[in-house]
Amino acid sequence: MIPLSWYLILAAALFCVGLFGMLTRRNVVAILFGIELMLNAVNINLVSFWRYGEITSMSGQVFTIIVFAVAAAEVSVGLALVISAYRRRNTIVADELDMLKW
Amino acid sequence: MFTATAFASILPEILILTIGLIILVCEPFWKGEQKRNAGWLTAGGLFAAMLLSLLLARPSEPQVVLGGMLRFDWLGFFFKMLFMFAAAVTALMMMDYEKIGKRGESYLLLLVSLIGMNLMASSADLVMLYLSIETTSIPLYVLSGFLLDDDLSVEAGFKYFIYGAMSSAMMLYGFSLVFGFAGTTDLYAVAATLTSGAISPWIAFGVATLIIVGLGFKISIVPFHFWAPDVYHGAPTPISGFLSTASKAAGFAVVMRLFFVAFPEFSAAWATTLAALAAISMTVGNFLALPQTNIKRLLAYSSISHAGYTLIGVVAFSQFGAASVIFYLAVYILTNLLAFGIAAAFRRAGGGDELSDYSGMSRRSPLLGLLALTAFLSLSGMPPFGGFVAKVVIFAAGIQADYLWLVIVGIINSIIGLYYYLNVLKFVYLYRTPNQDEENNPIPLTQPYKIALVILAVGVILIGTVFAPFFNWSNVGALRLF
Repeated sequence: MIPLSWYLILAAALFCVGLFGMLTRRNVVAILFGIELMLNAVNINLVSFWRYGEITSMSGQVFTIIVFAVAAAEVSVGLALVISAYRRRNTIVADELDMLKW
Repeated sequence: MFTATAFASILPEILILTIGLIILVCEPFWKGEQKRNAGWLTAGGLFAAMLLSLLLARPSEPQVVLGGMLRFDWLGFFFKMLFMFAAAVTALMMMDYEKIGKRGESYLLLLVSLIGMNLMASSADLVMLYLSIETTSIPLYVLSGFLLDDDLSVEAGFKYFIYGAMSSAMMLYGFSLVFGFAGTTDLYAVAATLTSGAISPWIAFGVATLIIVGLGFKISIVPFHFWAPDVYHGAPTPISGFLSTASKAAGFAVVMRLFFVAFPEFSAAWATTLAALAAISMTVGNFLALPQTNIKRLLAYSSISHAGYTLIGVVAFSQFGAASVIFYLAVYILTNLLAFGIAAAFRRAGGGDELSDYSGMSRRSPLLGLLALTAFLSLSGMPPFGGFVAKVVIFAAGIQADYLWLVIVGIINSIIGLYYYLNVLKFVYLYRTPNQDEENNPIPLTQPYKIALVILAVGVILIGTVFAPFFNWSNVGALRLF
């Protein structure tokens, strides 16, 4: 059986890729992709900890399903906000939404 | 399974949901001006729900209910009452605010986010905690960007969402590691399995950092504060008030439960980090508030520094510290809602958000001037207002825990804060509008604003003069935390 640490390293790598993408991309849709990658890394973590831990308790799986649901809700609200920004300002590049500073 | 205790523990949330459903059903039948009624319904309903919960659903011995998801205790109950009060007052302030007052869905979003906050304050499980944090945040993203034809509001909602989603994903990664190392999601069981011998201090530090990023965003401490001034500036003013008070207090409720209950073994090591964050938040918040000319940005930076003061009570890591945090947050909710309420009322009456617009306010509306005096003197920590007593207890908690340097930083910062708070009052009381007959140009205040602002001002003065019962209640809340 593949050791637990491999899954954890995969999850950590995925999380770092997501975080990197989120911090470096300027397009908002790409930033949302970054968030999704980070949440998927969390899901891999949760499921593998559950599989290698106390398998009779459901909490790891339930946690994963709840993360799915919340991620979907979050992204739908996020895309709605992106659309409202696009309608108003005609751009979805994060750097150009800069009326509020200082 | 579903016992009377379980029912009592979620009675406030059931009542809030009922109010929301009534609004959802009734709102389409109301026309034009009548849609304002949703605000009366929300505020009145929330005050009634508070009364009912106080009479019927008081906790006795702390009890874990609903399959270990919630803990029915005084800490959660106090915070629930605070949030419901803040939401009721916010609903009153929203009623006459352009574009959000006559929309039923804005009140519904407020109520949903309120349910999330209530669950945040009482959750005893990582799953519930994450779910409730998101239930709080997602409606608030929408509310911040609610004014679709206002560039600033759209941008505020957008920024709040990006920062919020990123920090909650990082916090969630921290939660998943806690679940992995402790093998359970139950916060009260985590403490037993996650002892300092079990995992290396480096991993513990990493997990703590991830969680502090998420919660630091919620309570807006430096260096996770970048969103706060932009969002408070762009969002509709009553919503900014709600964000800066109830949302922040909910974050502190979670901070206290996590650090006092779930990781007590590590809290001593992290206390130094938190103390540094508190000192930086106070200093940076206050110094950046000094040059602000927009009242909402000024209040945003002031709220960052207040998060720093409140953190002193958390760092103290004692029962007195916890009680002082609860007391400070109660005072802060009253005071900051009052300050944002004045800004909302003034803006609605045709004024702007710039400090120079406030010139001659005391002559145009003596009542509003007096309320501004109450709010800003209380924020700066002057007796006889609530802010003074709150600062005294929080600094006392810091001294009791031997954080003398932190308290000294706090006191120096209070003096710096005095400058910009008094600067606002200078515009309100001393400056005149040029070439304008101020007496004949009064600021109209509508009924809901009058009610909301007077309740808040009376509360601020009451809590500052007769503080003993209020502090005893916060003490009861803190007593059963450990």
